[in-house]
Amino acid sequence: MVQFIVGRLLYLVPTLIGITIVAFGFVRVLPGDPVLLMAGEHGVSPERHAALMAQFGFDRPLWEQYLDYVTGLLQGDLGQSIITKVPIANEFFSLFPATVELSVCAIVVAIVIGIPAGVLAAVKRGSWFDQTSMGIALVGYSMPIFWWGLLLIILFSGILQWTPVSGRISLIYFFEPVTGFMLIDSLLSGEKGAFASAVQHLILPTVVLATIPLAVIARQTRSAMLEVLGEDYVRTARAKGLSPLRVVGMHALRNAMIPVITTIGLQVGVLLAGAILTETIFSWPGIGKWLIDSIFRRDYPAVQGGLLLVALVVMAVNLTVDLLYGLVNPRIRHR
Amino acid sequence: MNDRPSFDTGAVPVAGEAPRQHALAGFWFHFSENRGAVVGLAIIAALVLVALFAPLIAPHDPGEQFRDALLAPPAWQQGGSPRFLLGTDAVGRDILSRLIYGSQFSLFVGVVVVGIALAVGVTTGLIAGYFGGFADAMIMRVMDIILSFPSLVLAIVLVAVLGPGLTNAMIAIALILQPHFARLTRAAVLAEKSREYVTAARLAGAGRLRLMFVTILPNCLAPLIVQATLSFSNAILDAAALGFLGMGAQPPTPEWGTMLAEAREFILRAWWVVTFPGLAILITVLAINLVGDGLRDALDPRLKRS
Repeated sequence: MVQFIVGRLLYLVPTLIGITIVAFGFVRVLPGDPVLLMAGEHGVSPERHAALMAQFGFDRPLWEQYLDYVTGLLQGDLGQSIITKVPIANEFFSLFPATVELSVCAIVVAIVIGIPAGVLAAVKRGSWFDQTSMGIALVGYSMPIFWWGLLLIILFSGILQWTPVSGRISLIYFFEPVTGFMLIDSLLSGEKGAFASAVQHLILPTVVLATIPLAVIARQTRSAMLEVLGEDYVRTARAKGLSPLRVVGMHALRNAMIPVITTIGLQVGVLLAGAILTETIFSWPGIGKWLIDSIFRRDYPAVQGGLLLVALVVMAVNLTVDLLYGLVNPRIRHR
Repeated sequence: MNDRPSFDTGAVPVAGEAPRQHALAGFWFHFSENRGAVVGLAIIAALVLVALFAPLIAPHDPGEQFRDALLAPPAWQQGGSPRFLLGTDAVGRDILSRLIYGSQFSLFVGVVVVGIALAVGVTTGLIAGYFGGFADAMIMRVMDIILSFPSLVLAIVLVAVLGPGLTNAMIAIALILQPHFARLTRAAVLAEKSREYVTAARLAGAGRLRLMFVTILPNCLAPLIVQATLSFSNAILDAAALGFLGMGAQPPTPEWGTMLAEAREFILRAWWVVTFPGLAILITVLAINLVGDGLRDALDPRLKRS
């Protein structure tokens, strides 16, 4: 197992280096003077320009700049936002819990609905339920989620007035964040109604962000189940006289889960891409909205740092899924 | 190529035509079994016609502003008029006409993006799979790096570098979609490379390029076609998302995502401004995905639902 983990980690090294090169190169290929872009200033005197050059190290050879950049990264230094003057890492990790909270809720919804729906559709193949649920899944899979979010706002916030339009909690509640997760913090605060308000704010963004992963997981579960249900050992289990529930739940589902776990892992990138759109629509103060805002504010150090951290998060989650996969499926671990 | 033995050129096409027609008929038989796929194909055909004949079909010019009819509701609602079937937007432009012209952009985006992604991805995948070794390692690491960023994040950053606009958005989307083609092609080439027919072609004196593009590639097509339809719908969705975020086509272009971005502030006042462009995106993407599912079932026997 240790060998397996070390192997996976070593395999990531070239990709890791590549990601830092992309983030490092991003600022250098921007149109315009990189010094001024990074400093967020324009129309400076030649002396000031030279001073900034030296400050950012742009006067030294490229490889030296890159090594400096990587050394900084290893010490946790991702640069400073032009607008807020706050270190990028601090800014990112203060907003990150909001995105994690939303993404975790979305993926939980997707798994809790998607897997049973997929299993049921496979077991009752060709039935009314199979056709309807797979039809809905295909629509969900094709959904432009930014439009879907707007529609839900029109219906639930506009016409029915059930849910708020934006933010994480009603403005009447104010408490110091402890964990950064609003659901937990609102409970800890002890304020009456705070938790309910946090839940209300979370519902629509969760539904929007969960739509595509839910559709993908349901479709994948169904096809994995169909494949497994045709295998010999399932027929044997049936022939032994095991109850249908036991055959499906114990024998088939466990093996069908292997491709489904991979699919769930792959949804992390989908979730982060979806978070950009969802957070923009619902003014959700997470990293997706922050990244878009940073681009429009021309806060390039923030974009550079955000790009790197997002890629690292995706990588870390994929690695975790890979290791889990090895745990679930011994065939892979022993190879 | 001129010194090839004559029996080669004479006999092969005659023997080759009939099975090809047979294969095509077999393909259509399986494809047409899937009702959804046929419906999807019909919708796409209709969309192509709409896009081609937009100037003839559209009741108004997509940019013309009717100052006397701002935010006019659809014809069937109170206050609507048959002049503007789906209503007008905040500056009095006919939504139906804008949607009709918008279909040109979406289909154009899909075709161009998939074209670029296919050309680049297939070529790099062929090189990686055929030559192996260092070229393979380098190419596949670069693809890994591209795939380690969430697609939309990388597209947004690329557009920030290139500048907002439909052309740059298409380039960015093509770049993030092509690793999938490269990986698929490489895997297929690795599987086909050692088959007898490739060895036979090599012994017959076929050059490297001929082996790569003429001998091996046609036998890797099935997964590529399925991936291409998937990418087609992804390209349309991503381009619309970029347009919605203000980084794709710029106003007043009647691109569907851009129309949604412009409509955002009116969502609680005029539902039709928001609803119809999104519906157009959904129907288009859904039709393409229906065809994609049908193609996958018809082309890939392993995935066929029996």
